[in-house]
Formats: sequence, structure tokens, C-alpha cells
Amino acid sequence: MTPPLTQSDIDREIAELHKAHDGEEADQPRRDFAPYRSSALRHPKQPLIAVDDPEAAELTGPVFGVTDVTALDADLTKQHLGEPLGERITVQGRVLDRSGRPVRGQLVEIWQANASGRYLHQRDDHPAPLDPNFTGVGRCLTDDEGRYAFTTIKPGAYPWRNHVNAWRPAHIHFSVFGTAFTQRLVTQMYFPNDPLFPYDPVLNSVTDERARQRLVAAYEHDLSVPEWSLGYRWDIVLDGPSATWMEEGR
Amino acid sequence: MNPTPSQTVGPFYGYALPFPGGGDLAAGGITVHGYVYDGAGDPVPDALLEFWQADPSGDLSGAPGTLRRDPVTGAVIGRHGLDFTGFGRVPTDADGRYALRTLMPGNGYISVCVFARGLLHHLYTRIYFGPDAFLDALPPHRRETLVAAREREGVYRFDIHLQGEKETVFLDFG
Repeated sequence: MTPPLTQSDIDREIAELHKAHDGEEADQPRRDFAPYRSSALRHPKQPLIAVDDPEAAELTGPVFGVTDVTALDADLTKQHLGEPLGERITVQGRVLDRSGRPVRGQLVEIWQANASGRYLHQRDDHPAPLDPNFTGVGRCLTDDEGRYAFTTIKPGAYPWRNHVNAWRPAHIHFSVFGTAFTQRLVTQMYFPNDPLFPYDPVLNSVTDERARQRLVAAYEHDLSVPEWSLGYRWDIVLDGPSATWMEEGR
Repeated sequence: MNPTPSQTVGPFYGYALPFPGGGDLAAGGITVHGYVYDGAGDPVPDALLEFWQADPSGDLSGAPGTLRRDPVTGAVIGRHGLDFTGFGRVPTDADGRYALRTLMPGNGYISVCVFARGLLHHLYTRIYFGPDAFLDALPPHRRETLVAAREREGVYRFDIHLQGEKETVFLDFG
């Protein structure tokens, strides 16, 4: 029987992989990142096939509108009769494409654990309490400047079974649409100065430190509301070309 | 500008991203169904598939309303069946299976985006329904991973293999 994996095993693997890719600019995580054990059988081994077709369907994408969201969706603290427990926060920022242009009127979806680090999901068996006043799901459309904003509570860290004593740093899951299907993004936003960062194989699958920093929100005191909430800012830049981007690039 | 990196969708997206009727783009057209498999050949019960496609005339404008909401309860009431939104989202079930009910795309293929726990950055592939110049450029054994198998009138099978001998062709748009 193989001995159970410890944090120091994982730390060593992460350090080796970071060293092997030291200095390389890499905007995206490595799909094959052994310290995240679930990646082993779930990444392709053949190289991706390049598509260079100005008519590709993926250069366009789904559209959403006011019928797809309701006003309450962006405030995760008001979806139940009572108020959720935890530290009330606002998270806001802009969604931009690679040329820095705002992505307008597109759908941003979030989901997260509650303040105790528990998801409202049948398969989450972490023995931390559920909160009857918190679901942990939000949605909004970006405005004409590409801005989004959510009011929620700060999620807790939680254990997972990647290895012995594995803990995920607190994070909010984001799903974002651009103007093209190629720009689709599902990611996680982290909170500044979390002591769990160096131990987490998911965050560290992004081997470029500069890229990892782009996953961490900034605390901005001016966004905090007196006697009410703490404010974080996190801008999102979508990868991938779009039909309009290609036209301008010609 | 440098892009924001992707991170895995994780295991707990289930109460946030899927919605009732997510795979029912239109009635009276075609059904595409299949399984998602990992590198050991086991079905993946926690993958999330998204679909984007042209309408039967080849139009790629799409339409809002995929997630249309009831303004009274906030619940998803979904597409009203008049506009073709072109977008679908289906989580695999406990067997690793999905089904999509839609219209035949006028440009010959449906675009697929694959998310899963264990997959740190989503993958793109395409479901083709017949010959295409793009397929001709691929080696024959890889080409067939992109072609839906017709099972009977209007019903097609399309499996996705994330890894292994039958590994699906995944695409890079640069």
C-alpha cells in the first residue's frame, strides 16, 4: 500500500514544477499538474489542434439579456428571510478583453462556500455548519463599462482530500462570458495575503507567479462602506480572440 | 493585457451553473447524446458541457433568454421556444452521460466547451455531422473523434475522451 500523501510531498512536487518552469511566461495553468491529483486522468496528452479560421463559430458566442437575471441575484445576502452569518463584503471590478476593451452586457456567475467553508451541495461532507440564510450563488450582467458587482459574505477555507491535511484557500468561483466562445472563462478569485496560498495545488497549477497574482483580489479601503461592508476589487481579462478583435487585427 | 488564468470548475458547481432545460435548445430537431470518459476509460460524473452553435441557416447571432427568469420567484423558466439562443449547458449525470436536444447547425458543427473537476483549464472540441475541410486535415484515426455517429433518424452519439487511446481532438484558438 502506498503511504498517504502528506503536505510536504505536495510542497516538494509544487517546488519542482515551479523550478522546472521558472521564468517562463505562462498565462494559464498547466492542465497536467500532478500535485492536483484529480488532473492525472483528466487532461489530454495529444497536442491541441490549432484552428485558424476567421469564420469559426467560436469567434462569436452566446448572448444574454435582462430576462436572464433578476435584480436580487447580485446580492447573495438577500436571498433568504434572514441574513447570513459572516463578514459582509462587496466584490467589484471590470471584465475586459485582451485589448483592454470592456465586455458589455455579458453574464457573470459566481458560487462559493459559506463563512464556515461549507458548500450547499449534497456531496460536501465537511463537518462545518450550513447557513439557512446563505445559498452562495450569484449572477449579474456587466454594464456598459464592463463593470460587475456582488454583495456577499467572505467564504471560509475548507479541507479537501487531495492529500492529508489539504485545505483550499478561501475563494469565490467565477464564470464569465466574453463576446466570443473562445473567451469563455471559469476561474476562482482569491483574497489577499491568504496564508494557505503556498500549500494549494490548484492555485499553484499556474506556475507563473505574475499570473497567479492576477487571481488575487485587492482590498480597497475606499470600496468599504462605513458600518456595513469591506470592499474588494478584482478585474478580469478574458483570453482568446473574438470576431471583432480579429477584424481590428487585420 | 495579460489574461486572468483559468481554474478548475471544481466539484460543487452543481447548484450554481446548471439550470432546468439546459440541454433543450429546441424541440423537433436532433438529439445528440453520449458520455464523457477519463484516461482510465471511466465515465466522468462531474463534467459540465457547454454548447454554442449556429441555427439551421448558419446564423451565429444567438439570442438572449437561455436563462430566462420568473420575475416573481426568481426561478429559471428558461427559453420561451420562439428564439433560437444557440447556447446550451448540461452537467453529466451520475453515469457520465449527457443529452442535447437542438437543431442541425447550418455550418455543420456544434462547438463544445468542457469543464470538469480535475480539469484546470477548459477544453474546446466540435461535434461534426458530416464531411468538412477541417476534418480532412486531421489524421483519420483522430478525425473520427469529432464526428457524431448517426444511430437512427435524428439521433446522434458523440462521446468525449479526455485522455487515452480514443482521446478526442481538442482545439486551440490562439
